[in-house]
Amino acid sequence: MNYLNYIWEILPALAEGVKITMIMTATSMGLAAVLAVFLALGKMYGPKPVKAFCSFYIELFRGTPLLVQLFIIYFGLPEVGINLPSLIAAIVGFALNSGAYQAEYLRGAIQSIKEGQLEAARSVGMSFFASMRTIILPQALRRVIPSWSNDVIYTLKYTSVAFMIGAQELTSVGKIMAGRYFRFADTFIVVGAIYLILVYIFSTSVDKLERKLRIPGFEMRD
Amino acid sequence: MEAIANQLTLLWDNSPALLKGLEVTLELGFSFFALGFVVAIFIALGIVYGPRYLSSLFSGFSWIFRSLPAIILLFIFYYGPSKIGINLSPFWAAMLALGLRHAGYQTHYFRGAIQSIGTGQLEAARSLGLSLPRALFEVILPQMLRFSLPASANEYAITIKDTSLAFSIGVVEILQQGNYIIAREYNPLTVYITIAIIYWIITRAGTRFFAYLEDRYMIPGFELER
Repeated sequence: MNYLNYIWEILPALAEGVKITMIMTATSMGLAAVLAVFLALGKMYGPKPVKAFCSFYIELFRGTPLLVQLFIIYFGLPEVGINLPSLIAAIVGFALNSGAYQAEYLRGAIQSIKEGQLEAARSVGMSFFASMRTIILPQALRRVIPSWSNDVIYTLKYTSVAFMIGAQELTSVGKIMAGRYFRFADTFIVVGAIYLILVYIFSTSVDKLERKLRIPGFEMRD
Repeated sequence: MEAIANQLTLLWDNSPALLKGLEVTLELGFSFFALGFVVAIFIALGIVYGPRYLSSLFSGFSWIFRSLPAIILLFIFYYGPSKIGINLSPFWAAMLALGLRHAGYQTHYFRGAIQSIGTGQLEAARSLGLSLPRALFEVILPQMLRFSLPASANEYAITIKDTSLAFSIGVVEILQQGNYIIAREYNPLTVYITIAIIYWIITRAGTRFFAYLEDRYMIPGFELER
């Protein structure tokens, strides 16, 4: 079987894998974004114990390998009675991990907005949450898009380690196909090309999103 | 309480294996980091100062290695060379794959640092009669390395943890040693948490070292202006 025929042969299976990869990335990034908002706000404005907890959480998840985190969630937690199927375990792992990174980006973005804005909002009688929701976060979230998109791409690439806990995503399917036809190098070059295409599509569409959400005159100045 | 004591004795009994794994992890970590660092210096200088074809070739290299998942690179470097008759050991395959990937990222930081230096300095050095390589290595490089230290520290913290992926192609580093222990004793939670703590220490120690370097090699008055 020549190379092109081989690619044609395994493409349908790989397409299934791409679907799982996309689902995994999208779900975990959605969860991570929400988590990141709470972690960042908790670390910056929370009472002392909350502050300490958020800092500890961020330090912990940024300081240890994602793969070890996945192993703890998938192989370790059953020891204390929590059994998660591999896809869910992977999504939870990516969300918890990426949430920690994104919280730090978001914190940077919030700090880049002048403190006076929050004080002004509070002094005209807005509650803390209202001023966060309507004044600070709309600006901070726009500024965080570039680093956020970096992290999404990072996670998209990193979903490839989920095969080690048995999730059936793109790399996992590639591995199965490679084993079935005994063509390892060929298969992983195709799988690599698919990742390149996914990363390219994503990074160009984020650029578009960023342009679309831009408010003229409110660009980041540095 | 007794359960915890049991786990600790288990860990103690198995610590030689973990230490052996740690040694491999550190060896792999240092060698791929060094490889990536040196390759990135040349690629970054090539992108900024090289002729156009070299510049676009190197940019393409950097983009591909940044866009591919580490695990795919490991597989390609492990299974690929054997197709053309070269057999790389898992350790070497891992070192090359992670090292070149690291070079792809590091290039980006070096390039940013070079661009912050300003073109006038190179022109001045050239007009004083320094050859291009000498101007690059004696004027640009020392500043580039200094300016890129904070980003390099960050990059270290991210990439050093990727050594944990190398076990997937058969490098017996700390995570794989941990898997062996788990296969014998069935105590995944304890072992993986211990490994996580060890990784955390490696990461912390490294970023502290970079902070020290930054402090040690700072030239007063030559800080990056923002």
